[in-house]
Amino acid sequence: MNSYPIDSIRDDFPILKSKINNHNLIYFDNAATTQKPRVVIDSLTNFYQNNNANIHRGIHTLAEKATEEFEMTRSVVKNFINASSEKEIIFTKGTTEGINLIASSLSKSFFNEGDEIIISEMEHHSNIVPWQMVAKEKKLKLKTINVSDNGELDLDHFESIINEKTKLVSVVYISNTLGTINPVKKIIDICRENNILNLIDGAQASAHNEIDVKDLGADFFVFSAHKMYGPTGVGIVYGRENILEKMPPYMGGGEMIKDVSFTETTYNDLPYKFEAGTPNIGDVVGFKEAIHYIEKIGKKKIRDYEENLMKYTNSCLSDIDGINIFGTSKKKIGIFSFTCENSHFYDLGLLLDAKGIAVRTGHHCTQPLMSKFNLDGTARLSLALYNTKEEVDFFIESIKKIIKR
Amino acid sequence: MNTTTIQQNIIEDFEILEDDFEMTLNYLMELGEKLEEYEEKNKTDENIVKGCQSKVWLSYESKDGKLFFSGDSNTSITKGLLSLLIKVFSGQTPKDILDTKLFFINKTGLCRFIGTQRSNGLEAMENKFKVIALSSK
Repeated sequence: MNSYPIDSIRDDFPILKSKINNHNLIYFDNAATTQKPRVVIDSLTNFYQNNNANIHRGIHTLAEKATEEFEMTRSVVKNFINASSEKEIIFTKGTTEGINLIASSLSKSFFNEGDEIIISEMEHHSNIVPWQMVAKEKKLKLKTINVSDNGELDLDHFESIINEKTKLVSVVYISNTLGTINPVKKIIDICRENNILNLIDGAQASAHNEIDVKDLGADFFVFSAHKMYGPTGVGIVYGRENILEKMPPYMGGGEMIKDVSFTETTYNDLPYKFEAGTPNIGDVVGFKEAIHYIEKIGKKKIRDYEENLMKYTNSCLSDIDGINIFGTSKKKIGIFSFTCENSHFYDLGLLLDAKGIAVRTGHHCTQPLMSKFNLDGTARLSLALYNTKEEVDFFIESIKKIIKR
Repeated sequence: MNTTTIQQNIIEDFEILEDDFEMTLNYLMELGEKLEEYEEKNKTDENIVKGCQSKVWLSYESKDGKLFFSGDSNTSITKGLLSLLIKVFSGQTPKDILDTKLFFINKTGLCRFIGTQRSNGLEAMENKFKVIALSSK
């Protein structure tokens, strides 16, 4: 842990110096969104001060500069996830829109009545509802992979629910509620053996794990910039080129067309065919700085640091009588969903906030998973690269005081 | 005592806390704990206050044209807020309840942490009192 420059990293995030309710801010709500380093914030200001113009169709210098900056992010993202081509990188407004884009486009071209889609019990609502909508419209069957008591996917159950009608499997890489790192490579291998399309929801994974879509064999991989120190309002859909080529557009409008007349419209090439309208240019431009920031520290270093902190948090939190942790897989990241026997999660969230500690409370957009564990909700602590052992200590001390009350 | 005086008294009680978030929360929880025990048999769907993130129940009795409320919540802080509403509305006539404007929330610093997400819950509680008053008129 010694070689990890925690002090300078914390200096890079201006918001971490804030006081909340007369305490130093301890930001443990990173699974909801991460804070932004100064390089990202500066890049947004710089873009609007020096490079702002609409992209792609302008011939003037500023339009050219803006387009270059925008497209540079596409290239940086391509390398970050090891995609084969920039054509495989589509900008959206977030993971949710990404899944909706894929679901909506596939529903027009790929699914037939009676086909089956598999998701899992631990999915975020954004990886449930779009499929329910498609299933209703096209009369498809939606099946779910069981989750074990410690919060892992039951792969035997997964294999048992596959049949010749299964057309797509869409699962989360890392659960936003449990922190479990799912064996997605194994799931993808099973899909490929059975000629089933796969989609990986990488929203929680992108900031913490190495992402290599080629090595994984992913058909689709979706994630959001704001959960990896980038701006809000930017998401990525990675799709295998030969699959995306066959898919019809999701939205119609400018940017996604080649020629338009009132009788016929021809669509633009990849990736633009899926990017109707003026995109979120400034934030896309800022996103590449977040990726550079992660790469500068090094993903391996970040992961080792976060894993140590996760283990430390786990041992401290598990030691407290009256605390129940949901999601106890050995393969997990620093996400802790917990309840406290004598304090409702809602009270817990407010009492921690009074100490300057930000945690999330509620069902975390995973109501089916909450029902499985017979819960209305939990408090959730989630770690990021700038959190420290001292912050965890203060949190543990605060929780103990709340319990003793 | 009329609802204006009761609310003014609440505001005075909160002044000692000097807007300290943690002290306010603790005080609210203490108020909740002092609330008369709510009978389990009254925790029915009919008595539940819809629109709150936490579970809240409210029931009433009518005596000599006045309404007397009792209630409970599964969260301590909400229970504290509920106890304040009960303090204001209990023992009033339906007409007085309907005529009451709640001003103490804005003047106690409670509004600062009742936030946008939670104020809907508070509104839901206030509405439940008023619906009961309306149906008892």
